[in-house]
Amino acid sequence: MRVLLVDDELELVTTLAERLELRGIATEWAISAEEALRRVETSTFDIAVLDVKIPKVDGIKLKKRLQGKCPGMKFIFVTGHGSTRDFETGASEVGADYYLVKPLSIENLIAKIKEALQR
Amino acid sequence: MATGANEIEFAGIQFFGKMSASISHEIKNVLAVINENAGLLEDICFMADGGKPVDISRLKKIAVDVKDQVRRADRIVTVMNRFAHSADEPSTETDLGELTALLRLLAMRFAAMHGVAIETLAPPVPVRVTTSPFGLLNLLWICLDCAMTATGSGKMVELVAEKTTEGGLVRFRKFEQPGAASVADIALGKLSALPRMLNATVAADSTKTELVVRLHQSPQF
Repeated sequence: MRVLLVDDELELVTTLAERLELRGIATEWAISAEEALRRVETSTFDIAVLDVKIPKVDGIKLKKRLQGKCPGMKFIFVTGHGSTRDFETGASEVGADYYLVKPLSIENLIAKIKEALQR
Repeated sequence: MATGANEIEFAGIQFFGKMSASISHEIKNVLAVINENAGLLEDICFMADGGKPVDISRLKKIAVDVKDQVRRADRIVTVMNRFAHSADEPSTETDLGELTALLRLLAMRFAAMHGVAIETLAPPVPVRVTTSPFGLLNLLWICLDCAMTATGSGKMVELVAEKTTEGGLVRFRKFEQPGAASVADIALGKLSALPRMLNATVAADSTKTELVVRLHQSPQF
């Protein structure tokens, strides 16, 4: 399993990546859409965990561009919105696999990753 | 007049809501980083319980990172507090330089989403006008929002406050011609009652490369 984390919060992605690696989950991260697209040129990922709001391009558009380069990749969206219900409508319209609200529970994140990969 | 007053009220509520949502989003990000650092401490403790030696420098870095996030949250909440207090008085002496600086801080996350940089130039002498600070922030935000959209990613919008014989003005500049004229049209199209209430005019300058919000004293309340 290989995970790509995408969020413009550098401290968040690096710490979360470290914690996932401690749990034996190979993880890379990107803090911009451009960096995420470069990552998928050089590595293959099973799943991407994307912040829905990234500077210059929203997470949903980024998902489409990443899918173009990595068709089998699954996606989990992360939001700073108040609740998942606020976010669900837009995300389901573009086929998001899962959505989580910050701050994350790593146990919940890993469970969603495994669930998404089994679908 | 009733229609204009309702329009202004609703615009104010929308503005307050938009800024509150943005601030809460930023605070969520701070909490997320602190949460992950706390989780990492737990992970290190768990591994130490299992006999793995503890890297003290890693613990120190976590402490520094948490403190940095606390300072960041304090800055965010300070801006929120200043914004909230802008609504205290319907009319008061207002420093335009300070107000544009506050607007920049409020707008930074939106600017990042647009890929636009916002700069403010401090005026050489304080520019003070009697106005509604919240109402003026609202108007300036509408203009800035339009300017950021018009100027496009990778560009900059510069805000400058200046003293005039009638009161003061705020220039939005350094976005592409003929952006200024169209931005003024969009800004006024969105809300025309607000400039009237503030006794302000919003227009492109003669070169069409700057948007100018001009304030005349004694707003109509």
